[in-house]
Amino acid sequence: MILRPADEQELCETVRAAASAGTRLSLEGGGSKVSMGRPVDDCRTLSLGAFSGIADYDPPELVLTAGAATPLSQIESALAENNQMLAFEPFDLAPILGGEPGVTTIGGVVASGLAGSQRLVHGGVRDHLLGFRAVSGRGDAFVAGGKVVKNVTGYDLSKLMCGSWGRLAALMEVTLKVLPRPASQATLIARDLDPRAAWASFARLLGSQAEIAAAAHFPPGTLEDHAISAVRLQGFAPSVDARAAMVERIGSAEGYRRADASVATGIWASLRDLSVLPRNPAMWRVSLPARQAPDFLEAFAPGDVRWVMDWAGGLIWLSTDRPAEMVRTAAQRCNGHAMLLRASADIRRAVPTLHTQPDALARLEERVRRAFDPASVFETGRF
Amino acid sequence: MSLKMPEPDEGVIARRAEIAAALRAIVGEDNVIDSPTGLRPYESDGLTAYRQVPLLVVLPETTAQVSRILAWCSEQGIKVVPRGSGTSLSGGALPLEDAVLLGLGKFNRVLEVDYEDRLAVVQPGVTNLAITKAVEDAGFYYAPDPSSQIACSIGGNVAENSGGVHCLKYGLTTNNVLGAELVLMDGEVVRVGGRTLDASGLDLLGVVVGSEGLVGVVTEVTVRLLPKPEAARAMLIGFPSVEEAGHCVADVIASGIIPAGMEMMDRPAIHAAEAFVKVGYPLDVEALLIVELDGVAAECTHLLEEVEAIAGRHGAVGIRVSTTEEERNAFWAGRKAAFPAVGRLAPDYYCMDGTIPRRQLPRVLKRMGELSEHYGLGVANVFHAGDGNLHPLILYDANKPGELDRAEEFGNDILRLCVEVGGVLTGEHGVGVEKRDLMPEMFGEDDLKQQQRVKCAFDPDLLLNPGKVFPTLHRCAELGRMHVHHGKVPFPDIPRF
Ligand SMILES: Cc1cc2nc3c(=O)[nH]c(=O)nc-3n(C[C@H](O)[C@@H](O)C(O)COP(=O)(O)OP(=O)(O)OC[C@H]3O[C@@H](n4cnc5c(N)ncnc54)[C@H](O)[C@@H]3O)c2cc1C
Ligand SMILES: Cc1cc2nc3c(=O)[nH]c(=O)nc-3n(C[C@H](O)[C@H](O)[C@H](O)COP(=O)(O)OP(=O)(O)OC[C@H]3O[C@@H](n4cnc5c(N)ncnc54)[C@H](O)[C@@H]3O)c2cc1C
Repeated sequence: MILRPADEQELCETVRAAASAGTRLSLEGGGSKVSMGRPVDDCRTLSLGAFSGIADYDPPELVLTAGAATPLSQIESALAENNQMLAFEPFDLAPILGGEPGVTTIGGVVASGLAGSQRLVHGGVRDHLLGFRAVSGRGDAFVAGGKVVKNVTGYDLSKLMCGSWGRLAALMEVTLKVLPRPASQATLIARDLDPRAAWASFARLLGSQAEIAAAAHFPPGTLEDHAISAVRLQGFAPSVDARAAMVERIGSAEGYRRADASVATGIWASLRDLSVLPRNPAMWRVSLPARQAPDFLEAFAPGDVRWVMDWAGGLIWLSTDRPAEMVRTAAQRCNGHAMLLRASADIRRAVPTLHTQPDALARLEERVRRAFDPASVFETGRF
Repeated sequence: MSLKMPEPDEGVIARRAEIAAALRAIVGEDNVIDSPTGLRPYESDGLTAYRQVPLLVVLPETTAQVSRILAWCSEQGIKVVPRGSGTSLSGGALPLEDAVLLGLGKFNRVLEVDYEDRLAVVQPGVTNLAITKAVEDAGFYYAPDPSSQIACSIGGNVAENSGGVHCLKYGLTTNNVLGAELVLMDGEVVRVGGRTLDASGLDLLGVVVGSEGLVGVVTEVTVRLLPKPEAARAMLIGFPSVEEAGHCVADVIASGIIPAGMEMMDRPAIHAAEAFVKVGYPLDVEALLIVELDGVAAECTHLLEEVEAIAGRHGAVGIRVSTTEEERNAFWAGRKAAFPAVGRLAPDYYCMDGTIPRRQLPRVLKRMGELSEHYGLGVANVFHAGDGNLHPLILYDANKPGELDRAEEFGNDILRLCVEVGGVLTGEHGVGVEKRDLMPEMFGEDDLKQQQRVKCAFDPDLLLNPGKVFPTLHRCAELGRMHVHHGKVPFPDIPRF
């Protein structure tokens, strides 16, 4: 049976009881990422569904406070009404894992710490979580950070919550920095570049004054028969027009040209649902220094992997049947790391979701985890 | 001074000569300072009201030396205070009588610049401005720009999570660093973050930034570089009231514009700055806004018009737009010189640093005026208007008995007010010793304990920079205690990392 504490006090008591009984708790906002991570059966699911709703949102302050279980879709529509956005482009894994889009909760978004294409320049979830209220594995409620955009009072525990995958504390409320939604955008594309040429063109454009907001590359056979390299511009119309002309000039050797709006929409949407990658093999999310993306891809025989590249090379979504060991070794050789997103239950049982850390760092990380959760209540073994 | 620091350990003080010898064996004869005249310059940081001569100063040159120093001090139970350039305004680098002051001034090299991946790897003692200087010929810069940028070190910026006038658009230090090498108090060297945008496990870099020298010594930093914008234009806008200026700021942001910088000064600050630099600030207004817009030329032109129209709707008087780089710099000159300018109005000034929700500005300024009368001390306000970060400058004379104490009480009242209206104690200068005892205004006991438990994960013996940030230092063992069923941790079989 799922545990559903109704308020902060019940949540504290539930966690405290679990800690002393030696029960593990799997935290759930809505459960969109249930088919990710090592399958676990011997733990109780703790739903944070009671902590839902937007508590405070004053658009000119650029700050929004909401219950952790507030559906992302509700937050996004409140922001859209005021021409604002979450600039990190929350990444909804549900469609990839076979669920409904938009049901994911803001707590799940924060805890998974996954950001979309705009992360390249606008920062990740970590750069937009200003503060939070949570219950630690000791069953103590605590707050950290603040509700204003600029704050250095006390340790920045918000950073730790982003990407913690429910292993540190149960979030009840989060305060996020929000930003104006760009008034207009444009996408420019070039065809037939290989990964190295694509990376080099991105590097040149990102080093220019064109203020690129996102840059992605699709090999032949993903979006179309040709390879497609795409850069996105956004902002006020006169600025976007001037910068599009700049991209066409700087990227003339590669033939960067403005794409139709419908083509552009398709390109960026495909990076959100990853529909361009086959569903069956294991799917990985590989984070690496952009310049090493081509080296990483060269570690595989062309027929063995399907992939797309985001963040100008800094992120590769990879579908492959090759052994996990091979993916992780290749990522590590390129100073990167690989997260296992989707795989059969057998693989997920054998392969940890997150890349293992060097020893000294792993020990430090372990001590930090125990600082929040000394009895390992939130260690379901999923990650 | 009312500030209470941890009781010095007389035993350690008595061992000074022995400690100096041990450290010399690690860093060489000249890199340990122990003469009274040599130690004098280190007795305070930018918060000069507090002074303490350190036990001794050690100036390592390599990460290996830092590691050996910390390991040795850790073994011997000797406290260590890290120091960059000593410009902290919150007393973060204030020495302790029984602690080794570890200066990072010799870590002053830019190690690598990668223009294609737009990052630089630098040692912690490199100054903030030196990073920009190293890359500006190639058209790049490092975005966070504290006013102290010619002097402050990147290691200090990381420790304080420093900001600058451009952080509304470009972020604070935390948003502009990718990785760091960190030496823990036991001498262990770890790398947090790296050259990727996402961390592979917990975002430990995120908590190292802003940890005020309490979790480890930063020995290398990887920062992001940005291409310099094509154009930057500034406007000066006067307002008949602070309220109108505040509404204008809110409307600019509500219209979707995030200016590169948006600074406000109140009447006393405007007058002081104009008297000091004579750049033509209007003297007949209650508030002055400096708005900077950057980007491609077309963007600047477009946004200047938009902002001008918004300002017009709020009764702006005398809008001026910079047409040349000299003029833009002149507009900023007064703001950038605001501290020394205000410094001429009184023998001493005390710079505060709270953040408030911007909508509370009129209320906060009104109350600040009342407090100013109550304490009989003047106050001038410069204000990062875009993000609600206030810098009230309290004027006093340290030579007049009781004035420093009154200035501090006034300052504390201002910070309490910031918290009361939904804001925070510090926007960019850090807690240090200055706001340490005010932490309970903003955080409860459990909140502070949770923060300290994180500190314990890095430095379980509390030897690194003690007496800072936390009003009460609990022993780590005491904080870690928890009632666990039959003394067993559940599921001992699950791998812990
Ligand atoms: C019958 C049924 C079946 C469904 N099947 C699926 C399915 O197979 N796949 C699918 O994707 N969707 C499925 N859904 C939809 C799904 O359950 C959603 O409601 C949903 O997408 C919510 O996701 P979430 O973002 O809350 O993230 P979650 O998946 O709940 O969480 C992501 C991560 O964040 C952590 N976390 C979440 N909230 C917090 C918090 N407050 N504090 C700390 N950590 C937290 C979690 O522990 C986890 O590590 C199903 C729905 C129903 C009704
Ligand atoms: C005139 C003036 C203007 C200022 N303007 C601004 C401003 O606009 N914005 C702003 O944010 N700040 C400003 N400051 C404050 C100050 O400059 C910053 O906090 C700066 O980052 C401190 O850097 P530092 O090298 O001087 O550090 P220090 O003062 O030497 O140390 C600060 C803290 O960092 C720790 N530390 C230093 N180096 C390391 C390291 N390598 N590893 C671990 N810990 C370390 C110290 O222990 C201490 O706690 C200003 C200060 C002055 C005097």
